[in-house]
Amino acid sequence: MLHDMNPVDVPMPYREATLNLYGLGTRKVLVSDHEVPYPDGRLIVSTTDTRGVITHCNSSFVEMSGYTREELIGAEHSILRHPDMPAAAFEELWNDLRADRIWRGYVKNLRKDGACYWVYATVIQNVRYGEVVGYSSVRRKPSRRKVEEAARRYEQLLAEEKARCPTPIR
Amino acid sequence: MSDAYQMTVSLDFPTNRMSGWSAFNTWLRKALDPRIDLKLYREFDEQRRAIIADEVDIIYASPFDASRLVREKGFVPVVRPAGKRYECIVAVPHGDPSRVIEDLQPGCRVVSTDHPDVNMIGMIMLEPADLDLGNVHMVHVDGYPQLAEALLRGDADVGLFLEEVFDELAEPVRALLRPLAQSRINDISHVFLLGPRLRERCEDARRLLLGMADEPDGVDALTELGFTAWETMGQEDTELMIDLMDALKA
Repeated sequence: MLHDMNPVDVPMPYREATLNLYGLGTRKVLVSDHEVPYPDGRLIVSTTDTRGVITHCNSSFVEMSGYTREELIGAEHSILRHPDMPAAAFEELWNDLRADRIWRGYVKNLRKDGACYWVYATVIQNVRYGEVVGYSSVRRKPSRRKVEEAARRYEQLLAEEKARCPTPIR
Repeated sequence: MSDAYQMTVSLDFPTNRMSGWSAFNTWLRKALDPRIDLKLYREFDEQRRAIIADEVDIIYASPFDASRLVREKGFVPVVRPAGKRYECIVAVPHGDPSRVIEDLQPGCRVVSTDHPDVNMIGMIMLEPADLDLGNVHMVHVDGYPQLAEALLRGDADVGLFLEEVFDELAEPVRALLRPLAQSRINDISHVFLLGPRLRERCEDARRLLLGMADEPDGVDALTELGFTAWETMGQEDTELMIDLMDALKA
């Protein structure tokens, strides 16, 4: 279960938002306008079990998320969910994975300190002896042009979702 | 089928380590089995054909080849070099005005070898500048010395290096180049694999290789490879690396 974000961890001015997370209920998040640039050459790597609980993460994941490794291992991957991301993006992700397809997309992630960072993510199934045992995700640095395109698209999708339901599940 | 076991090495090792692999083969013949013969291929395609034809029994494999060998050929991961990870460098001539990847422009000339892992990771590192195979001019060369020469002659604007090889370029050459970006993946490495014919010997091989750093002949052989020791590479570590490579290839 994810805890609400703690104002003590957020040094910059922030706004509050409440996320309705799939299977987890609500989480209050604190969001600043600061974006942390994705460092050149890094790949952020993590694996989760089939329920989306983090089982492995590399040092780039730890560094960019702002959480400690101990806080991340065992936590749901939605600990990084940013309120600017539309539910549709994650619906597509899960639909693709359940249909044995690889998912790729641009994601705005939320750090522990309320700042954000953009990634280009690829998620694949981990298959062992014919059975899906989890998922691996590799994130890399996106181009600014692609981030701006994604941000515009997500803003529109999110507005449509909120018009249908004020707290979409994502 | 021959009684001998063929050992080979991923072709992306630094060329100055060739005698080191020969020394390692001598050590392994003494320690594990006298029927192990080293064969070094000149080209990736030639090596890959040998792998497909099941001619290879022991291999120090790149992450890219490890995928095929473990998942499709039943090879077993044994060890990997301690503390060494598979990282790449995107470099430009020292006087080039580019300071970050985003300074590179479509139409730039990218020089590379035929090493698939390095090329894949290197091209990923160019993505933040919106560069891909469709909008750059690729220049292919046979090896890293030629790659450095191409940059220094002005035949290319940017080069894709395996970091381990870049670090072992002659100092005067390296001083004329400047890394623009260095990968920090941490989760991928070369892997020492044994094939199905040696499956029963995997535990012996792992024990011997892990003990190499504790005996004088072993230390000498490791030093010639540029390694300090081997460390265990388990099946799940390898599966994770393969998943990661699959995600990058996708």
